[in-house]
Amino acid sequence: MPTKPETAPRHLSEGGDPLLNVDDVEVHFQLRGGMLSRLTGRGAGTVKAVDGVDLQLRKGEVLGLVGESGSGKTTLGRALLGLVRPTSGSIRYGDRDLATLRTGALREIRRDIQMVFQDPNAALNPSMNVETAVGHPLRIHGLVSSKQELRVRVSEALERVGLSPVSRFLTKFPSDLSGGQKQRVVLARAVILNPTLLVADEPVSMLDMSVRAKILQLMLDLKTDLDLTYVYITHDLASAKFFCDRVAIMYLGRVVEIGPTDEIFAEPRHPYTKSLLSAIPEPDPDKALPRELPRGEIPDAADPPLGCSFHPRCPAAFEECGWEGRDLRALIEQHWTRLDETEYARERDLLQEPDLDPESPHQIQLRPAHGQAVEDIDRLLARIRTEDPEEPLWRGVESTDAGAEGVTVRFYEGSDPKLRRAGNVDVACHLY
Amino acid sequence: MSADPREPVISVRDLRVWYGTERGPVRAVDEVSFEVRPGETLGLVGESGCGKSTLGRGLLGLLPEGAKMDGELNYRGEDLLAKSAKQRRAMRGTELGMIFQEPLTRLNPLMRISEHFEETLAIHEKGISKQEIRHRALEVLRTMGIPPTRYRSYPHEFSGGMRQRLMIALALVLRPAFVVADEPTTALDVLVEAQIIRILHDLRQSFDTAFLLITHNLGIIAEACDRVAVMYAGKIVEQGDAREVFARPKHPYTRELLRSTISLSTTGLNYIPGAPPDLVEPPPACHFHPRCPDAMRVCQTVDPVETTDAKGHRVECWLHGPESLIPEGGRTPLERRELSIADEA
Repeated sequence: MPTKPETAPRHLSEGGDPLLNVDDVEVHFQLRGGMLSRLTGRGAGTVKAVDGVDLQLRKGEVLGLVGESGSGKTTLGRALLGLVRPTSGSIRYGDRDLATLRTGALREIRRDIQMVFQDPNAALNPSMNVETAVGHPLRIHGLVSSKQELRVRVSEALERVGLSPVSRFLTKFPSDLSGGQKQRVVLARAVILNPTLLVADEPVSMLDMSVRAKILQLMLDLKTDLDLTYVYITHDLASAKFFCDRVAIMYLGRVVEIGPTDEIFAEPRHPYTKSLLSAIPEPDPDKALPRELPRGEIPDAADPPLGCSFHPRCPAAFEECGWEGRDLRALIEQHWTRLDETEYARERDLLQEPDLDPESPHQIQLRPAHGQAVEDIDRLLARIRTEDPEEPLWRGVESTDAGAEGVTVRFYEGSDPKLRRAGNVDVACHLY
Repeated sequence: MSADPREPVISVRDLRVWYGTERGPVRAVDEVSFEVRPGETLGLVGESGCGKSTLGRGLLGLLPEGAKMDGELNYRGEDLLAKSAKQRRAMRGTELGMIFQEPLTRLNPLMRISEHFEETLAIHEKGISKQEIRHRALEVLRTMGIPPTRYRSYPHEFSGGMRQRLMIALALVLRPAFVVADEPTTALDVLVEAQIIRILHDLRQSFDTAFLLITHNLGIIAEACDRVAVMYAGKIVEQGDAREVFARPKHPYTRELLRSTISLSTTGLNYIPGAPPDLVEPPPACHFHPRCPDAMRVCQTVDPVETTDAKGHRVECWLHGPESLIPEGGRTPLERRELSIADEA
């Protein structure tokens, strides 16, 4: 059954009042490390799950937080509800700061801000029937005085999410329901307190294709009926494009691009956004995936790349992006996947394990193995370079010195790009 | 590997798989027929519960106890269903390979990658030398883009996408003629998924392996498959050249599934009313008729018959005939019961 999307709120939301103001929020997790590091009192490092995010959420809009796993989108979403405490920064809701509010006061605010989780199987207690589950928030917050009142409110909520006739569902258990019905129950439970903001974390990604559209339609209807504001967390750009008024593209704990959905999809600026868009497999046989995809995967958040954290995968990176010694090591390893076994063995025997000094990450020293010449390493580097002269890494090389001990490659230090205005969007990339 | 490239590696005719339950048999796979040729990738697409994974496992003889299978299942002319469990077990790995969905749970965390290859090759190819193992392993790792420097690493030292590449490498190092890949990219991120699809796409050309790629993602089929089979409620309702099926779907289910998929070009939400049927008691005749916008009278009374056009595009739907088998008045549109949302997913 085809339905038309609501288009009206899109331009209205531009001037909406700010509902939530996220200012420089950081959520850092300390790694525990081994016994030795705990004894010596040295930390094992931190994972910067959210690393300095500024956002403004306007009343009545749908804001998408889009990114791959490990981008920090879920952690940020949870921080909006106070489910994780930011280690610094503020989240202003009205005149209160959710980042520092004490737990009791936070609980009150959660009447206004509700969350919908990804997996409806895990979000529903298997031993609670639908009536108990949907009515649970009312009981927890002490908002109903009698069983009759509870039933009336639960029935209203179920009807709102399309689970009618209600009497058929009240006594059902989650195991009796299909995936889509379960997600409807989860939505009923989220809206029963009349919240103003719903944080939906991948609400349709566990559902089948033919059901996803139905649940998204329901969410659009609920938004109009109940005057809701959404934060929609997803890795699926296609649904974000359809569903959101604005999107924030996240990478390794940062927002790398944020702006109106139409503009970001029509003219993506950040190379990461561009590659995400080109990598979506479309059921259209006339569109093919590009040959050139960003190499590798999202790096370890405990040890993120310096400079722009996307630089090791970026096809457009240059001097300013913060190249490091370990990038060259990765490039040499990649080069070795293209050699046959004997060639590989010969080149492998040329060098010792490269020296990476954490004190000076922007350089690497390649030392010859015992009995090998420095010139051979120079030649190896030249060979790799001629293999692919367009490789962005070479743009970052400041100097290459062949000394008695080996070849030292130094990269420009670069800097960390900040969000800057470009057109109607903000983008964190040195190209803009 | 195969003498005649046109000779199918796997040929299935009227294959059925069913499980016994308290309420009666679940017909998970209900008379499906298809072939896969060397170097070809057949995509098997359908929603959860349509029987696609059961079919994939059934082909390899990996069904749980209690499942029954009949029909014809030929691997290079040999009847697999006539073989004993032991004989089929001996064929798995070297002849029939499998790539699973979750790479982390399939690799042993205590074993180095090298040991995984050593174990795999030593079991399936008795008497193979260590040097040969290393040579074969490095060769296949190279085609997967895994640096040889990582050969002695442990699984946890690899990222999710690299682990899936390892799984593919471990399946391909035995050079099986037929591989079932069950949702190989579902647990991965968009960019990594695209990398793996690219690898699967390239494998068709570099190896002579026949693939059955099971997925619920139509985009992946379009990207990585030569032909596609669409499954609904245990039956293959349509199959043919992937481009052809996506450009001109014949079965209303395929058409509606394509329409309900949210893609970058989506401007409105479409969905199929109702929910997939219970496979213990599927609707009579065409299983899709209660949800089908084009349903006719004949669709609820007579089982649809497969028709094939000149391009080999096969479909089981009365809209495409055969006209001679449709009873008089059978083409009258079916009055549709209003489906309440309660019955929907």
